[in-house]
Amino acid sequence: MTEPLALVGENIQRTFPRSGFTLDVPRVEAPAGSVLALLGPSGSGKTTLLLILGLLDQPDSGRVLLGGRAVTGRDRDARFQMAAVFQRPYLFKGSVAENVAYGLVMRHVPRAEIASRVEAALGRVGLAGYGSRSALSLSGGEAQRVSLARALVLEPRVLLLDEPLANLDPLLKRRLTHDFARILRESGATALWVTHDHDEAIVVADHIAVMNRGRIVTHGPADEVMGLPVDEWTAVFLGMEEPQTGTVVGSAEGLVEIAAGSVRVVVTGDAPVGSAVEFSVRPEDVILFEEGVELPLSTARNQLPVRVESVQARGTSNHIVLETDGMRLAASVSRSSTADLGLEPGRRALAVFKATAVRWKASTP
Amino acid sequence: MQLFVETWRQGWVMLASGSVDVWQIVWTSLLLSGVATLVAVLIGLPVGYIVGAKRFLGRRAALVIFNAGMGLPPTVVGLIVAMTFSRRGPLGFMNLLYTRPIVVIAQLIIAVPVVMAITAAAVAAVPRELTLQARSLGAGQLRIGALTLSEARMGLLAAVAGGFGSIISEVGAVSMVGGNLEGDTRVMTTAMMLFTRQGQYGPALALAVVLMAIVIFVNVVLTGFQTSADRWEAGAR
Repeated sequence: MTEPLALVGENIQRTFPRSGFTLDVPRVEAPAGSVLALLGPSGSGKTTLLLILGLLDQPDSGRVLLGGRAVTGRDRDARFQMAAVFQRPYLFKGSVAENVAYGLVMRHVPRAEIASRVEAALGRVGLAGYGSRSALSLSGGEAQRVSLARALVLEPRVLLLDEPLANLDPLLKRRLTHDFARILRESGATALWVTHDHDEAIVVADHIAVMNRGRIVTHGPADEVMGLPVDEWTAVFLGMEEPQTGTVVGSAEGLVEIAAGSVRVVVTGDAPVGSAVEFSVRPEDVILFEEGVELPLSTARNQLPVRVESVQARGTSNHIVLETDGMRLAASVSRSSTADLGLEPGRRALAVFKATAVRWKASTP
Repeated sequence: MQLFVETWRQGWVMLASGSVDVWQIVWTSLLLSGVATLVAVLIGLPVGYIVGAKRFLGRRAALVIFNAGMGLPPTVVGLIVAMTFSRRGPLGFMNLLYTRPIVVIAQLIIAVPVVMAITAAAVAAVPRELTLQARSLGAGQLRIGALTLSEARMGLLAAVAGGFGSIISEVGAVSMVGGNLEGDTRVMTTAMMLFTRQGQYGPALALAVVLMAIVIFVNVVLTGFQTSADRWEAGAR
């Protein structure tokens, strides 16, 4: 395995005069050997940033560091250490093997070695024996696998993936998300994965940078970013409620008690009493029970009486917004459970969640 | 109807026996149009590629000029070229009027915009992401250019066929600048015009058959390329 390199962008700026769109990223880093997801809605600048970091486009200002060394698109060595997979798997006319071999030919790899590496790469993506087929006769999923093999065969130190699964049907997308995540980890390369799908991001990424309107609004370990939105826009984008603020009123044995108004929430960790904190809990971690029902034996430390504020349909589940003494949280509940519990605005219920499910951090002054 | 049957018979007899210089005329047509097409491709392909693939100031204007050039009336080309190379014209000193080179020049002026416009359209239709993909795999400018041309190859074939088709069947400009000189600048179209005026429908029809055969042959070859490529791309092996 080739040693991975960290990819860093510093003070990246790029303006498109016609649309008026500006990308402005003071710093973004994909640590060596990790997967960084650039997550954001369409038009947030994810692809532009990926192209700049991948040396496929030039910023108006700023620089790209590969393994600590400033590099540009003219740096052939740096470009040879990267490979990309795009949303539409643009396969060149020719056979699957010719497509996978393309980058190796560019690198003047001996023909005998090309054949064995191509076959190995096709095997890694589950397409062993496909080499002689016409590349343009493949299904969408197969084509995207070839596209990945074409990049992996180069054993790049940095792999760029621009919404690689966005064009696939949901079933295939789910399967390939896990396949791609596994293959990326096995390859050991530093990877930059652009997506607008937070479920996909959480599966593939070690770190996530959420982008909006050309800026990175939050950047950090995937769990942290997905668990504790930094502002209202991020919360809405991630399908959560805004983070709540509170004060630490107790801290002992790895548990912290936070007071938010009259509500008490127990979280894991350690914090000085009296310090201000922000906290949030993902809707998937909140379970609702009928008010007054006897709870089954549970390790969940947080049991809050709540009132349903709204019920929003989200595909196969409902997003139930809850309120308790000024504190808002949400629960993700299946359609049938929503009906069983009679969840509708004004209805009272009991929200239960574990201390470990709560993400929190000290408030910035 | 008797006229057509009789003329048809005469035409075949002439073609088979070579009793008139039909084959000489066919050869002259193929030679002049072939050279003009070759030069048009040498000029039109690179220029069409640049206009189709690159973004620069004036690109839109260039495309408008090429597209307008495709509809350039051959008689206008003939007139301008004849004036330019006439004794009183700016290039009259070259004494090219009524020679083979001037026929090639006139045909070139007609064919170049056709080749350029079709090439530009074919190259522009190659997705930018494809070249981006090639670049991301380490391809340099030359390789990217080669890949673009390879991806646009069906369009390029159409450009060559379009260029050739626009001049092999053309009569106005060739007769104006070539003068339809027997054994020299007489090509199929001008000869057909002459034979028809003289009431010699037999050789005129024979030439018409050869001209149509050439046009059909070129298109059959082109379609053959396209369908075989399509079949392979669809997975048939």
